[in-house]
Amino acid sequence: MPKNPNVKKVLVIGSGPIVIGQAAEFDYAGTQACRSLKEEGVEVVLVNSNPATIMTDKDIADEVYIEPLTAAVLEKIIEKEKPDSLLPNMGGQAGLNLGMELAESGFLASHNVTLLGTTAETIRKAEDRLEFKETMEKIGEPCAASLVVENIPDGVAFAAQIGYPVVLRPAYTLGGSGGGIAHNQAQLEEILANGLRLSRVGQVLVERCIAGWKEIEYEVIRDAAGNCITVCNMENLDPVGVHTGDSIVVAPSQTLGDKEYQMLRSSALNIINELKITGGCNVQFALHPTSFEYCVIEVNPRVSRSSALASKATGYPIAKVAAKIALGYTLDEIKNAITGKTYASFEPTLDYCVVKIPRLPFDKFITAKRTLTTQMKATGEVMSICSNFEGGLMKAIRSLEQHVDCLRSYDFTALDKEELLERLQIIDDQRIWVIAEAIRKGISQEQIHEITKVDLWFIDKIAILTEMEHRLETEELTEDLLREAKRLEFPDTVIARLSGKKEEDIKALRDTYGLHAAFKMVDTCAAEFEASTPYYYSVYDGENEATETRPEKKVLVLGSGPIRIGQGVEFDYCSVHATWAFSRAGYETIIINNNPETVSTDFDIADKLYFEPLTPEDVENVVRIEKPDGAVVQFGGQTAIKLTESLMKMGVPILGTKAEDVDAAEDRELFDKILEENHIPRAAGGTVYTAEEAKEVANRLGYPVLVRPSYVLGGQGMQIALSDQEIEEFMAVINRYAQDHPILVDKYLMGKELEVDAVCDGTDILIPGIMEHIERTGVHSGDSISVYPAPTVSEKVKATIADYSYKLAKALHVVGLINIQFIAVGEEVYIIEVNPRSSRTVPYISKVTGIPIVDLATQVIIGKTIRELGYEPGLQKESKYMAIKMPVFSFEKIRGAEISLGPEMKSTGECLGIAQDFKEALYKAFLGAGVRLPKYKQIIITVKDADKGEAIEIGRRFEALGYTIYATRSTAKALQDAGVKARKVNKISQESPTVMDLILGHKIDLVIDTPTQGRDKSRDGFLIRRTAIETGVNCITAMDTARALVTSLENAEREEELTPVNIAEI
Amino acid sequence: MKAYLILEDGTVFEGTHIGAEKEVVSEIVFNTSMAGYLEVLTDPSYAGQAVCMTYPLIGNYGICRADMESKKAWPDALIVRELSRTPSNFRSDLSIQEFLEEQGIPGIAGIDTRALTRILREKGTMNGMITTRKQEFAQVEPVLKAYTTGKVVEKVTCDKAYVTKGYDHILPHLDENDPAAKPGIVKELNGAGLKVALMDFGAKNNIIRSLALRGCEVTVYPALTSAEEILSSHPDGIMLSNGPGDPKECTSVIEEIKKLYASDVPIFAICLGHQLMALATGADTYKMKYGHRGGNHPVKDLSTGRVYISSQNHGYVVDTDKLDPKIATPAFINVNDQTNEGLTYTGKKIFTVQFHPEACPGPQDTGFLFDRFIRMMKEGEE
Repeated sequence: MPKNPNVKKVLVIGSGPIVIGQAAEFDYAGTQACRSLKEEGVEVVLVNSNPATIMTDKDIADEVYIEPLTAAVLEKIIEKEKPDSLLPNMGGQAGLNLGMELAESGFLASHNVTLLGTTAETIRKAEDRLEFKETMEKIGEPCAASLVVENIPDGVAFAAQIGYPVVLRPAYTLGGSGGGIAHNQAQLEEILANGLRLSRVGQVLVERCIAGWKEIEYEVIRDAAGNCITVCNMENLDPVGVHTGDSIVVAPSQTLGDKEYQMLRSSALNIINELKITGGCNVQFALHPTSFEYCVIEVNPRVSRSSALASKATGYPIAKVAAKIALGYTLDEIKNAITGKTYASFEPTLDYCVVKIPRLPFDKFITAKRTLTTQMKATGEVMSICSNFEGGLMKAIRSLEQHVDCLRSYDFTALDKEELLERLQIIDDQRIWVIAEAIRKGISQEQIHEITKVDLWFIDKIAILTEMEHRLETEELTEDLLREAKRLEFPDTVIARLSGKKEEDIKALRDTYGLHAAFKMVDTCAAEFEASTPYYYSVYDGENEATETRPEKKVLVLGSGPIRIGQGVEFDYCSVHATWAFSRAGYETIIINNNPETVSTDFDIADKLYFEPLTPEDVENVVRIEKPDGAVVQFGGQTAIKLTESLMKMGVPILGTKAEDVDAAEDRELFDKILEENHIPRAAGGTVYTAEEAKEVANRLGYPVLVRPSYVLGGQGMQIALSDQEIEEFMAVINRYAQDHPILVDKYLMGKELEVDAVCDGTDILIPGIMEHIERTGVHSGDSISVYPAPTVSEKVKATIADYSYKLAKALHVVGLINIQFIAVGEEVYIIEVNPRSSRTVPYISKVTGIPIVDLATQVIIGKTIRELGYEPGLQKESKYMAIKMPVFSFEKIRGAEISLGPEMKSTGECLGIAQDFKEALYKAFLGAGVRLPKYKQIIITVKDADKGEAIEIGRRFEALGYTIYATRSTAKALQDAGVKARKVNKISQESPTVMDLILGHKIDLVIDTPTQGRDKSRDGFLIRRTAIETGVNCITAMDTARALVTSLENAEREEELTPVNIAEI
Repeated sequence: MKAYLILEDGTVFEGTHIGAEKEVVSEIVFNTSMAGYLEVLTDPSYAGQAVCMTYPLIGNYGICRADMESKKAWPDALIVRELSRTPSNFRSDLSIQEFLEEQGIPGIAGIDTRALTRILREKGTMNGMITTRKQEFAQVEPVLKAYTTGKVVEKVTCDKAYVTKGYDHILPHLDENDPAAKPGIVKELNGAGLKVALMDFGAKNNIIRSLALRGCEVTVYPALTSAEEILSSHPDGIMLSNGPGDPKECTSVIEEIKKLYASDVPIFAICLGHQLMALATGADTYKMKYGHRGGNHPVKDLSTGRVYISSQNHGYVVDTDKLDPKIATPAFINVNDQTNEGLTYTGKKIFTVQFHPEACPGPQDTGFLFDRFIRMMKEGEE
């Protein structure tokens, strides 16, 4: 079927801010879809509240709206833009739900907008638990037996019928809280009682427990003519019980025979046909490990995290093809872009093994439970490709950037056999390391399998790796042994450590034996057809297919690795834009990255893509073949910056700001000298290595002080210390890992935090604008609400900031991007830190000012000047729009995580509110972040003494808005004394009803709880905050945020009156 | 022990010896299926060839004898990147290493199978030797050049005719969880009571099974059975099976097929059977550069426009340029290279396909063709 001629203008919905479970993969899918639509001459209108995405660029879509993703806002945009169609299946669950909402309300029909791709009926069939079950029964596809119950006797009766163990899932509790597995009636009654209480609708799903079964996924694609194919299947190393997003996943499946493989494949096709899905779809199965019995776990009728992984694992661009299908094409009409010869109607076949490992945030939330469950916790993931599974696993491990490079990196040697058998029961992110240690201690593979249910095939592969460790420790390092170790992807560092040699010696040995990485191509067809797209992975056991090209100019762009808190999709935005800019300037571009969720690892972004870990050795393997003329590190976050020194040693020139200047910004002494020479003040401070030194500096400066490691992103490990005791505590946390660089201790200044991103060409500086943070200093810039243009500082402060920025950029010889953070105390401006590289705010400020910062920075790096590029240097004229960046958190997903804000970043994503005035922008920003008040007009305030004064003002304003205020004892007294009607509630330890009962009563909109400065030692506060988050109650932990929220609410009466702003017109 | 794969073009791969201790010369082909190595090894169509699996990890789920597609393994040798040392699957009877030794199949592991595949793709299928002796190419070359698969069908066909009863016969042998035993899979035994004569040119078990699962009684005949003998048993339909080698070598079989064509008995043919029917009716076949072997080939049904993913294993193809439309017209084509994948015979109850609707290994998407065959046989009754 050819393209549907009626489709001329399509509205594409993005997935909104990045949260756990809905991340960069939707920027990848959405961007690919938009490009695919534009390729067909279709006009694209894009809506997404997330400014850090590539899809919200005006080169990706024709009209771009960075607006809250609500039905009301979308209706406004549809009325304004009058699209003829809407594509809802590229924006994750958020996009799909919105599309459904608009379809079901009849709005789409009344505005002549067609839902493209999958129909509303299909979505309902796939998403509605009951309808889905009925549909599956109709076509004979088994689901795990389940029943929704509203009381305990029904639950007991059903469990008796299906047999224990059973899984309990309370309805509508975020983060799956209140659920669990019951092995007997007593446990069932206990969990069920709690679940019914926590569920907002008083419902709990009782389900047959299939934990321990094999978890297998199929990515399926179907066109409107009914042709369907499976793009790939994947097997989880972690059996059912761990969310697939938190599982180690391998593609293709390894332990399934053709019978099982085809049985599930046929089932997946059967399902997609019955649901009549047009586009991409993900089907998850649980397969009994010792029979052919299986259950359909779920179906996602849209692109997903798994489809991004499948696309990168096979080279088959699912989103691109799905977009073409939405336009009416059939699979046999769509060319396979990788081979250029075959068509989309074929199934990729792999001649390699793909391993994905999730990136979990437990390094950020050290108090959180590491246990993995059916609630996803990972913020990102890494993927690796190798000719063998062991090598794939080793490469993926070192791609994580979590201080792990082999199966010894988490040390369990202290555990004896008994303790290990205990430890194996725990399902967490360290399980494969525990399995490795269990193997070393002589526990049988069968016994490990009995406990963990991990398939013996995977356990044996881990055993092969531990055997190699042992051989490297005990045997002479012969050529054969080294060859085999490299085939299994042991990095030189690990080989050196185990064999007692130096890394250089290993490298020299490899040179002697001619033992170098070779590169193979991902071509969708196992070499059956010649491929035209250079997408490579390394192996040590084969011929090299990557040929060194000799273009006039060749540049290496280093990606930013897995998405983690503090280093998110923003850096992928920068890497991709830099790549495009280099390409436009005539460079051949090469990207190295290992993140399957991102746009940068799409097959047609750079001229060549190397899917590899970002360690010096792995990068050097690429450099050996490609010999680039230079590398850029300033766009890939800390991951890329860390490689600077190694690249220089390899003889690769660093383009842009020189490495020694980057060091000068991080090195305390050098930097202080620069500040002194330029008469720029900063908070007093010193550098230390030990807790003793830190205490000495702190006492000299006087508390409070800011403690942080240098050379980190996202304020990792940064804390405000109030006492010697806290210093000791924080230093212990920081020194968990050996620090290559000193730790900084600074006097804590309280004032307004301001930030600039600028481009410098060595002579002139271009400052697109100044951003001001709503939260005072002490809250990490990434977690602050940020406002552009800075609304509350004087022209004098702005001028000072521009002046300091200019001086700093000059002194640091910045060529490219620079990010500077300031504190303004009154009219005095102090510097906090300087990062001569891209930052989290680059996409945001680019979009609201319309100045393409990354593109300019890249051209400056190539040798152009700011003036040549047509810009007048200096601080640019302020935009007529206010743009407010609102952080978004995923606290409900991480059990036990402390949610109060501090100097260490905790947010996973952000959204933008943009409008002509501050209040509307602020309202949009809160709305985009999902803060929708009021429902009940009831709030709880419990604040520390220092905040009581501000609490009165805020309380008074909430009261004026008609809110009922509950407060704990001392806060209530302060409010009442000031004439604010506050109802006193008991603390948790006191008699019922307590503050906790109030929260669990599901009648509260908001909790304002500020913890005592530094670490909150009171379990009460922690419990209140966690309970609020886990039951879906908004919780604010900073007075400035609370004030901003009440300001926004004072302006909230007019969601219907919000004016969408087309970014493409700025 | 070291082993070598020496190709006709002089390329030598050094690897590790696996399986039986034997030196072989064979035609080297590659298969791109990611699962189903046992079905490949026991597919008689691989007789006279050595198979390279492009998926690098082979043997992961061991050997389940119930999945064998014939009574023994047929390829001259197996070429793999890596053999799993620990097979892991609840149905595994033995490891692939043990199986290769038991079946007397030699092989080579630890070579860059992708590099080999690229050579075959660029230069076309060629002969090669798998040996544990290091040898001068000059000495080996004449042996390699001289090798042909020859009249290999005669080696793989059954000795004498035998009968397989329908579904009731198969059912007791099925695992209770086997998908084929699942209620709903075989909804109605549409073929119950129908007698099918299957010409065994190297038939895969699943052809018989696919018919039996639909209720048909299948009589399997040796390849050299005369048309008269088959027709005298008054079958409701005739199936021409898959099989190995160059179809033009099967000169006497082609003569018998001409007679079957002339009869009014409905005929369904797969792979070699499809090629033989074409040759019997005046069309031509030619050898492809490197053939189609894998489980991911898209075929398009020209009458509906629908595309199906199919399992394939063939090195020869019907030349449609020389097809007389009065006799047969193309029914399926390969979406990748537009080669012929099936024919409908004009004015006859005959349809033939190049791909494998019986799957095993590979997708089961075209299994409905067996139902089409049954409908065709039933039309005859009415």
